[in-house]
Order: sequence, then structure tokens, then C-alpha cells
Amino acid sequence: MHKFRQTLAHLYMVLFLIFLLAPLVVMSGAAFNDSKLPSIVPWRGFTTMWFSEMIADQRMMLAFVNTLWVAVAVAVLAVIVGTASAILVNSISGRARTVLYGMMISTILIPGVVIGISTMIMWTKLGGAIFGPDGKPWPFIPGLHLSVLGQVSYIAAMVMLLVLARLQSFDAGLEEAALDLGASHAQVMRRILLPHLYPAIGAGAAVAFFQSIENFNVTQFTRGGADTLTVYVFSKVRSGITPTINALAFLLICVTLLLALAYEINRRRRARIEAARQAEARRAEDAALS
Amino acid sequence: MQDLLRRYGPGLTLIMTLLVAFWLLMLVILPNMTLFEQSFRPYLPVTEIGGPRDTYGFGNYLKVFDGSIERSLFGISFSIPVHVMTFGLTIWYSMVVTALCFLLAYPLAYYMAKIVNPRSLPTLILLLFIPLWVSEVLRAFAWWIILAFRGPLNALLLSLGLIDDPIRWTNMGYTGVVIGLIYTYVLFMLFPVYNAVQSLDTNQIEAAEDLGAPWWKIHWRIVLPHAKPGIASGSVMVFMLSAGSLLVPSILGSTTSQWFTQTINQWFNDALDWNTASAYAFLLLLLCTVFVSIAMRLFRVKLSDIAK
Repeated sequence: MHKFRQTLAHLYMVLFLIFLLAPLVVMSGAAFNDSKLPSIVPWRGFTTMWFSEMIADQRMMLAFVNTLWVAVAVAVLAVIVGTASAILVNSISGRARTVLYGMMISTILIPGVVIGISTMIMWTKLGGAIFGPDGKPWPFIPGLHLSVLGQVSYIAAMVMLLVLARLQSFDAGLEEAALDLGASHAQVMRRILLPHLYPAIGAGAAVAFFQSIENFNVTQFTRGGADTLTVYVFSKVRSGITPTINALAFLLICVTLLLALAYEINRRRRARIEAARQAEARRAEDAALS
Repeated sequence: MQDLLRRYGPGLTLIMTLLVAFWLLMLVILPNMTLFEQSFRPYLPVTEIGGPRDTYGFGNYLKVFDGSIERSLFGISFSIPVHVMTFGLTIWYSMVVTALCFLLAYPLAYYMAKIVNPRSLPTLILLLFIPLWVSEVLRAFAWWIILAFRGPLNALLLSLGLIDDPIRWTNMGYTGVVIGLIYTYVLFMLFPVYNAVQSLDTNQIEAAEDLGAPWWKIHWRIVLPHAKPGIASGSVMVFMLSAGSLLVPSILGSTTSQWFTQTINQWFNDALDWNTASAYAFLLLLLCTVFVSIAMRLFRVKLSDIAK
């Protein structure tokens, strides 16, 4: 009976993985089908023309570049703000901490639509209040910079959570020692605290970057006339679709797979080294005992 | 705060405080207050803004009650305002999505935490993460392809002999939307539940087994209560993401499915009436927050549990 349940569980896992991965396979497959509509049935023969059409699509390339700029800006801002918030939250306690922490966390739960509309309205109204309704200068007009600010407002909370988790394992005594030995405040920050936080900051930057690329809701309400990849793909899907989107999706999936593969190989190599080291330690111990 | 001053000095403390203030004030609080203020103003031509007609009122909120349609449920027919119904259906189907996500994710979370060989777990997690890295719009698009009338799903079902005629998946009310939302957000349920189950001591399960508890009772009395914080945080995430999703309902929706965010989008980007859009967005925020708070109170979990 136990054996049977175990088999059932394995089977469920396989089905779940198929459910998750099959749509990606279908989407990639459609990139090579010689059919005007993106589909894998009926199969009309192999073609790579959708890739050349994709490269010829100027708007898509521009949207791609925009996406990268927005994502980099969001990652930089979110990391700076998120790290500062984590350090601040970590150093206070009591009611102030609960309130501050609660406010930061709740930004993750605010629907993107609300963030987008509120960011857009506040900055344009602020511009209107300072410069009058006409001729508002940049930051106060709709555009991708407002998308960046809107996205930072909740992505910073994700970075904050990662850094805060890392701070739990930080030994504050190290800072004390450095201060006692005459280090300046800036040195304590740069040489002691930040190096300890680098793994979390790196992970935070990656999360922020990918979250920003994914983002649709905030961007849709703040972008003005500019495109990001998500918004462009969305408009393509809604109007006339050609399989160029599939070609793009195929390339993105390939990049994802390569990154995942590199990560996995690296992880296995490290696990092997770790196992070898443990075996070595055991041998040394045995030798010492005998 | 004192601690911060002593460690990093006045300069760095000031910078950090300013950064936090910039985030919470300029990016969160002030925008939401502006949204709130704006939602009470009428939609006027530019020249009349600040004029005598620009007064506060509930007009934008009352638009929710415009335009009733006839509906019948359980044989009782009644008339209900279109936008109220859209909102109700959005909440209802978000709940359906949340429940289905839990049903799908729980067995796998348990499998990952307690059954699978720990050495193959990292590989499994990596495989699960791949769809998460592919952007949401593409995942919705993938289902658009699959569910198409002449698409692969109908072809597969026809060739297996399970159906005789192709099914119009994207023209059956909210079916397409629910499938798309589940696919997009199921992992936001899986990982919190997995984390919670993983922290359960396996000895407890074995003890229950030794004492003769049937498998369902082990789950009901031991695993589920232990995993409650994880289930709650996963549910809140999935519910809020589903109710706030605009992409999936727009791509996979049928002619008879309208999501509340789509209504907001129409006010904002089609009608260009930002004030009414603000009122609607505020309603979405308020009612979702109330809904989630009640659910959290019922299940006795706190906001700080969710962030884990």
C-alpha cells in the first residue's frame, strides 16, 4: 500500500511538471511552424522566417531596449532603498518597527493597477501644481521613468525581505570591534556590513531585475506612449498576431534554460566538492582514532 | 535608532532615513492619498479644473451602480448593476483560483517536503522555477495558443476520442481566465506551503502512522494544521495577484468574462477619465484588503507570517 502511494506521488509530480512545462514547449514549437497563426497544429512545415521577421521588427527591438533600461534602473533603486530599509528596520524595535515593517510588506499586496494609477496621478498633479497645467517638465510627464518609480515601490519590499533575512545571521559584535579599533562609520558600513550582505543584495538585484521585466500592470498605467516588451507583446496578442512573438518567446526560454543549466552544473560541482571534503575529513578522523 | 547612530554615524543614518522616507512617502503614501483625493473630484475639461464645478462628491463611486442588467441565480431573477456584478465575479473567481491552486499545490508541496529523495530536490525546484522566469504575458499567450479552437488541446482530446467536437475553451465564460490564472500563480502557492510542510518534524508523521492513523487523518490533524501559516500566505498572494491581474483576463477572457481590473483599465486608458478610474482602483484596494483581513482573522494568521 505504501509503495502504491509512493508511485502515485511520483506520477503526480510528473503530471505537474508536464502541466507547467508543456505550454512552453507548445509556444516554442509554434515559432517554427510555417503558418500565419501561431499554433503547432496543423503543422505546415519547418521555417525560421519568424526569427528574421522578429529581428526586422523595429518596434520590438526598441521595446526590448526600453525593458532592459527600466529593469536596470529598478534593480539599482530597489537595491539601494531596500537595503537601507532592511538595516533601518533591523535596528529599531517595538511598535515603530511593527508599523514600519507592516507598511513596507503591505506594498507587495497592493494591486499593480492601484500602484500604476496612483503613481501616474501624483506625479502629473505635482507637476501641474508647480508648473501649471501646460509645459510640465520631465519627471512630471507620463513615461517609463514613472514606471520605474511605481515598480520600485513594491519591488523594494522584496529586496528588503531578502536583506533582512541575511541580517539575522550578522554578528553585530564585528562592528563594535571595528569601531573600537578606530574604524570610521563609513568603513564599518563598507568593509564589514555590506560584504556580509552581498549575497542577499545580489539575489535582491536579480529578483528586482526579473520582476521588472515581468511587470505589466504598473507599466500599462504609467508608460505614456513608450513600450516595454511586456506591453508590446500584449498589444500584439490583442491585435494581429504573427508567430514573431513565439520566436521571441523561444529565445527567452532558451536563455532561461541556459541560465538554469549553468546554475545546476555549478551547484552539482559544489556539492561534489563538499562531499569530497567531508569524506576527507572522515578519513582523517578514522586515521587519528586508529 | 540610537543603535543606528552609534554604528554608522549621523551622515549614513540620515541618508538611510531619507531613502526609507522617499520610498514610503513619495512612492507609497502620497500617491495613494492623491488617488484617494482625486477619486472624489468630477471629470472635467482641463479649463474647468479648479473652477466652480470642481467640487468633491461621491459621483465617481456612484457610477458603480449605473446600468443594471437582469440575471438569474438558482431560479431567482434579479437586476444587478454591471460593475457590481463584475466586481463580485472577480472576487468569486479569484477565490475559485485560490482554492484550485491549493488543491493542486498541496500534494506536490508534501511530496517535495517529505517523499522525494532530498538529493534530487534542488533539480526539481529548478524545473519548477523555469516557468516563473518566463514572463507572465508569454505564459498567458501560451495558453491562448493551447486553448484556441483549432489548437493543440482540442486536437489532442479529439485524437484520444474523449470529445467528438472541438470545444470553444475561450468562449465559455471564465474558464480560460481561471485556467490561465492557475497556471500563472500556482507556484506562489506551492513554495510557501512547501516551506511550511518542510519544517514539520517527520517523526510526528511516523508516530501517527505507528499509532494507526489513516493517511487522511494524518494530513487533516497533523500536516495541515502545521502548514496553516504557509497556506494562508500562499492564499493571500494568489488571491491578491488574481484579483489584481489585468494581463490574463485580457488575453484569455471571453466575450462574457469581464474582470474588474479591465473595467478600471477602460476608465483610465479608453475613457481617459482618471478620476473615476481612481475611485474604482480605490474600491478594488479597499475591498480586497477588507476581504483578506477577514480571511486572515478567520484563519488566525498575522501579516508578519505572510512575509516569511
